[in-house]
Amino acid sequence: MYLIEAINLKKYFSSGIIKKHYTKAVDGVSFYIEQGETLGLLGDSGSGKTTLGRLLLRLIEPTEGRILFDGIDITAINRRELRRIRPRMQMIFQDPESSLNPRMKIAESIAEPLKLGLNGRLSREQIRERVLELIDIVGLNPEHLNRYPYQLSGGQNQRVVLARILAVNPDFVVADEPTASLDVSVQAQILNLIKQVKSEHGTTMLFISHDVDILKHMCDRIAVMERGRIVGVHERTDFADFPVSKHDSAQKVVVES
Amino acid sequence: MRLLELVDLTVSFPTVDGVVRAVDHVHLSIDNVERMGLIGETGCGKTVLGMSIIRLLHPSARVGGRILYRGRDLLEISARDMQRLRGKEIALIPQNPTTSLNPVLRVGDQIAEVIQLHHGMSKTEAWRLAVNMLGEMRIPDPERRARQYPHELSGGMRERVLITMALACNPTFIIADEPTKGLDSKTKSQILRLMRTVTAGRSMLMITHDLGVARSICDRIAVMYAGELLEWGPSEEIMDDPLHPYTRGLINSLPSHGLEAIPGTSPSLINLPSGCRFHPRCRLATKTCKNIHPDMIDLGNGRAVRCILCT
Repeated sequence: MYLIEAINLKKYFSSGIIKKHYTKAVDGVSFYIEQGETLGLLGDSGSGKTTLGRLLLRLIEPTEGRILFDGIDITAINRRELRRIRPRMQMIFQDPESSLNPRMKIAESIAEPLKLGLNGRLSREQIRERVLELIDIVGLNPEHLNRYPYQLSGGQNQRVVLARILAVNPDFVVADEPTASLDVSVQAQILNLIKQVKSEHGTTMLFISHDVDILKHMCDRIAVMERGRIVGVHERTDFADFPVSKHDSAQKVVVES
Repeated sequence: MRLLELVDLTVSFPTVDGVVRAVDHVHLSIDNVERMGLIGETGCGKTVLGMSIIRLLHPSARVGGRILYRGRDLLEISARDMQRLRGKEIALIPQNPTTSLNPVLRVGDQIAEVIQLHHGMSKTEAWRLAVNMLGEMRIPDPERRARQYPHELSGGMRERVLITMALACNPTFIIADEPTKGLDSKTKSQILRLMRTVTAGRSMLMITHDLGVARSICDRIAVMYAGELLEWGPSEEIMDDPLHPYTRGLINSLPSHGLEAIPGTSPSLINLPSGCRFHPRCRLATKTCKNIHPDMIDLGNGRAVRCILCT
């Protein structure tokens, strides 16, 4: 069953008042993501992959097209209905530091979604217990709870972001280059954590990256995006002979050139 | 011929929590026309090492040992002599192009400033040279770009401006600190290609956390962990046949090598583990590793390693 289906999705940004100029960031994209599947989205910067990720969660309004989430057309519903669906879809951003509130201690940040009472009201004690459980899952220590984001490393902050997402236990997550600002060694830790958490919770995911090796590691299928359009979809079975010359990670391009 | 030799270099910072030993008894030499990659995780002291060579550390830093540049100890020379070397002999490509450029000056002026200072040229001449150089860095329409401010340029473009500034006075030795950080893959490969061209025939210390990046440009690679060097050798040999378990771990965590993570996190530089500093994260660690701090052993074939299991 499809959890997410995009039909002829378009997003044009306009600039200029008299002589309008349109940038076609997403230009007629259709695809689906099955329940529990991870779809990779590969593309260079400016290909529209981040815009597409944001559209799927309706963080920005599409110019045209429809998005079906679990059978509901989320482009047609009003703000109140959208608010009800929002907890089921979450996003991991590129820069963990700027996605956490700098004035909130880690414990408060993770407790915040729990206080919304999405899965029934929780007592203060229950929230505390759940926070401790969550930081254990993402590999942080209780000593981190009293710190602020600036006191943690990038990798640790990304773990906090994951704990917050687990707190709402969403059905669908868009991960937009979640390790782009991290060290190579920490990147491997975070990616493996995302993969593990995802398989334990059966989360459906759209994973955005410009690194084909990362996507091969993380995804069931990979869609390639170029200038606002999806130009190809690759199944896991043909990952091995994936075209490597055109869409490739920087280091290889340099080594070969 | 040796160009730079670090002899027993130690840099520490006193803080309220204790003394941070960012660089701990490092011995490293760089030859003429040699490009050396310095690899390590965030907080291992690699940036501090680079900044100590060009003497741009915070005043609270305590620096010990010797930094021999063409046989002259840079730690001994006066601030004025050092200033003469900076930019002209030894240039720095700093981390983070966004904060390293002056936001209220046109980029052309920032490049011209270096040329004026070291070559005593007039402002007009220096400006013309700056524009020419921007063109050589493959910046399209350099005349117009030189008149722009940093915020009007893209990340890759700003990085090119920083590289132009570093090369403006034709330095012998370049220290490049994470020149590809925060760039997308396409821009990253363009910048790496440019770096490789412009540093040909010069010496360089390239600081990065990405082994793939270092391998693509550098002749040799040195691996740093918790303030000390663990291994060094020719780039290809380090990549194809790493000796230290940490180096092996770094290679395996590359996306192209299976994304296998090294467990745990690097230690705090205030509270270092006993024995081998890597032992708490090492899969091969024995009891001896916990107790004995291994020395760097020169294997004689151009490689050196700090691990009792490898020597």
